[in-house]
Amino acid sequence: MDMNRLQPVSDNEWQIPPTGKMRVPGVIYADRALLEEMDDKVLEQLVNVATLPGIVRAAYAMPDAHWGYGFPIGGVAAFDPEDGVVSAGGVGFDISCGVRTLHTGLSAAQVRAVQQRLADALFHRIPAGVGSTGQLHLSPREMDAMLSGGARWAVERGLGEAADLARIEEGGCMPGADPAQVSARARQRQKDEMGTLGSGNHYLEVQRVAEIHDAGIAAAFGLHEGDIKVSIHCGSRGLGHQIGTEFLKRMVVDAARHGIDLPDRELACAPLASRLGQQYLGAMRAAINCALANREIITHLTREVFADLFPGSRLELLYDVSHNTCKEEEHRLDGQPRRLFVHRKGATRAFGPGHPALPAALREVGQPVLIGGTMGTASWILAGTREGMDKAFGSACHGAGRRMSRRQALRTWQGRQLKDALQAEGVLIRSPSSRGIAEEAPGAYKDVTAVVQAAHAAGLARRVAKLVPIICIKG
Amino acid sequence: MADASDGHWEHFEHRADIGVRGVGDTLAEAFAQAAVALCAIVTDPARVRPREAVTLHCEAPDRELLLVDWLNALIFEMATRRMLFSRFDVHLEDGRLRARAWGEPLEVARHRPAVEVKGATYTELRVCRDAQGRWVAQCVVDV
Repeated sequence: MDMNRLQPVSDNEWQIPPTGKMRVPGVIYADRALLEEMDDKVLEQLVNVATLPGIVRAAYAMPDAHWGYGFPIGGVAAFDPEDGVVSAGGVGFDISCGVRTLHTGLSAAQVRAVQQRLADALFHRIPAGVGSTGQLHLSPREMDAMLSGGARWAVERGLGEAADLARIEEGGCMPGADPAQVSARARQRQKDEMGTLGSGNHYLEVQRVAEIHDAGIAAAFGLHEGDIKVSIHCGSRGLGHQIGTEFLKRMVVDAARHGIDLPDRELACAPLASRLGQQYLGAMRAAINCALANREIITHLTREVFADLFPGSRLELLYDVSHNTCKEEEHRLDGQPRRLFVHRKGATRAFGPGHPALPAALREVGQPVLIGGTMGTASWILAGTREGMDKAFGSACHGAGRRMSRRQALRTWQGRQLKDALQAEGVLIRSPSSRGIAEEAPGAYKDVTAVVQAAHAAGLARRVAKLVPIICIKG
Repeated sequence: MADASDGHWEHFEHRADIGVRGVGDTLAEAFAQAAVALCAIVTDPARVRPREAVTLHCEAPDRELLLVDWLNALIFEMATRRMLFSRFDVHLEDGRLRARAWGEPLEVARHRPAVEVKGATYTELRVCRDAQGRWVAQCVVDV
């Protein structure tokens, strides 16, 4: 990245002062090393986001930011409800893609004893990879109920546990979903995909808590060194992708009519106060519910596998976060409470202690912020902070972020060799695609620990625990 | 009309995702080649036998939007029919596209699909002639 365009605010915060059509500054949270490695396109995209109507305070990039489409991945921007916009590009295709982490109550030794069997059973039970289908085929009426009800719908159908709901954003059910805005084609894409993991960077991992960095918060989260956890990373599947595709085009075509000058077509957006803006919000919220239901169903399947291998085991949900969303939230702006529409594209909500959206058991310590790593390295659990609420509307990074393209990864690694090398280190990989493993090689990603350290040092979220994988089911 | 034996396709670099580019003497050929590039993200097109045909229609206000529509229509067919494609006949007329895509049902063991494609984007989207006067049709796709 061209460092000359950035003004340092601190070691982990950099500002791009507004010039030209920018309505607000751009702010990047990262240390110098991460910034120097960051693509110049991040800066260009952040500047473009800062030109959108009704944006407030600043356009933000998280420490894992990389070149996205329209918004940078790792981008956060909030808009005024009256003169602001909602952007389909600012949410992305995989609406509400996210991570959840489950406690297992099991020790590393217990799991090591049956590691192969557990890996094979999870791989067998959880549909993963291109073209995989779920067991559940929804009638049009059930599809509507799912799109309105989210994880709550899954629980009502016996595909989840009621105790999970308090530990999912919005209590597991995104209000304001409007299934009528979800097209027949989007529904068709979802017909056979409920309870499927997908492919690419999506995974289900069995992980061991390797390091505790904040003993107090870790205890409140139920994290102890040596514990075994399960983390699931996936999203709204074909339905979300189709909604993103359709609304992106409608927003591009209607931009001129709405008086919006798009510096990049991918920034396609519509005024929040317009009919198209409201239709998108209704469809996007339905896709959020689809993602929440999907993760709940995969959790259900995971619980069945664990119940078979570890009779009497109970998998309780620590928390479930969503990465690609636009949510209406209350934030303080110039000392005043304001309703804002916060876009997080490849960024995690990270609400601080005392936030009313948090369940009672977590309210004192802040929201768990679940950071997915790569299959060979580590994942992290952080906690939202009070200062983070003012820094980037209560947001933090979401993962390691790629540093190498898929093509370059394919030229560098072979899936089979990677799988063997990881197995020698005690990590079992199960995937239908050896090329997929190579494309997702740990070395193709940034150092997740450096990303997490920057988020911690910038005050976006506090480091709580580091988890290392022992089984990875890869789509 | 164009089919996959004319022109050529390639992938171009994008840090998180991947770019598809089709090049041909005619616009239709470039669109057909871009479709081969799209399918090559999922699997080697040489592994996909052109046994069944699917007919597609797209319409958009300009060439660039039409390319994105075309690729998204294929993504939809791949996802809902659980098929892979390798050969395309594309006809273009007055901003309308009519095409036949040839392929076969996905078989994981034989096709070894690497990744599914979520959608074609407007990033690096260009439909234009290159210095040699050949048509180039390209964009980044989200995987």
